[in-house]
Amino acid sequence: MVIKIFKGFIGRVISNIFKNKKKIKLGFYGPPNAGKTSLANRICKDFTGEEIGSVSKVPHETRNVQFKEIEISYKGKTMIFKMVDTPGIATKIDYEEFLKYKLKKKDAKKRAKEATQGVIESIKWLDDMDIVVVVLDSTENPYNQVNITIIGNLVARKIPVLIVANKIDLKKADIKKIEAAFPEYDVVGISARYGHNLEEFYESIFKLSKKI
Amino acid sequence: MARKKRGIGKIEGFSIHFLSYSDIKNLGTTERIKKILNIVLGNNILIFQGRLRPDEETRLIEDTMAMIGHVSNFKGIELAVVPRNNEKSIFGKAREKIANAISGGDLGAITIIGPATIVKEIKKDPKKIELLLNK
Ligand SMILES: Nc1nc2c(ncn2[C@@H]2O[C@H](COP(=O)(O)OP(=O)(O)OP(=O)(O)O)[C@@H](O)[C@H]2O)c(=O)[nH]1
Ligand SMILES: [Mg+2]
Repeated sequence: MVIKIFKGFIGRVISNIFKNKKKIKLGFYGPPNAGKTSLANRICKDFTGEEIGSVSKVPHETRNVQFKEIEISYKGKTMIFKMVDTPGIATKIDYEEFLKYKLKKKDAKKRAKEATQGVIESIKWLDDMDIVVVVLDSTENPYNQVNITIIGNLVARKIPVLIVANKIDLKKADIKKIEAAFPEYDVVGISARYGHNLEEFYESIFKLSKKI
Repeated sequence: MARKKRGIGKIEGFSIHFLSYSDIKNLGTTERIKKILNIVLGNNILIFQGRLRPDEETRLIEDTMAMIGHVSNFKGIELAVVPRNNEKSIFGKAREKIANAISGGDLGAITIIGPATIVKEIKKDPKKIELLLNK
């Protein structure tokens, strides 16, 4: 009798631990400067009031993977996400590019070195994600090999993907081109900077969460 | 056979290096990436038949990043994959599927990889590909 009650209690504790563990690891991936951190910040601010990291027009601003746990409520449903903002992935990094943004040579070289390590760190974390948001700058050519490599790896690892076409507030933005480049995927056009169309973004994330 | 010293100096020209699929088909991932990077580090633009698997592509990026800063003047790579033509007979498709399953690569594709110091950009659109070189 006593044992039975005890078992029931343990069972509840275990199931509670299990429930708490069901955090969805939501990765933000993409090329440098696409707006990964801007988007992650907006989401974090909406639900916690705090940001995840710094944003800059200088590429490779994020050079370490950064995390934040948040509860997102959307249309009466609540889910716990572990937000994972990653350094932009590139195939080349030249410190001289940073000099254009008036960085001192020494700082530019340091930034470049940290950026190369950041790319490696991003790739290392890819396997660990439950869902990945691929953030693309909708004013840039989507047929960039980095985009194809990231999405190819997610497909091979069966990780659900959402493609975000960011910066739709800009005149040059072309969502159609991104949709044409990745016809098998849902593409959500947003502006992370101005918070446009975030509703559709949350809707898509909750939909993808059911698949995992 | 003197070994070329690693490191990319002033650009005084470059050559284009071609590999057929049989040149890399029997290599493991590590060897394959090593071979590719060695060619690119020798100031060559590499063109090869087929394409890398997604995990090999990320491995290539990781190894490239690790080399920037260790090899003087190396700033990374530019790469593009030109996929095979979409219009294929059913027979062609079936045969390719089998070939791809065995090799893990897409034999109809062409991969272009060059050092970023030489290749400024490989502009890819669905229909055309342009190689822009640094002056
Ligand atoms: N116009 C416009 N600019 C944006 C938008 N989202 C981000 N930006 C700008 O784009 C630049 C890069 O934004 P980040 O959020 O730092 O980009 P990131 O993808 O995190 O970049 P890395 O950390 O370098 O990989 C910044 O100047 C942002 O203000 C947007 O929706 N519209
Ligand atoms: Mg960032």
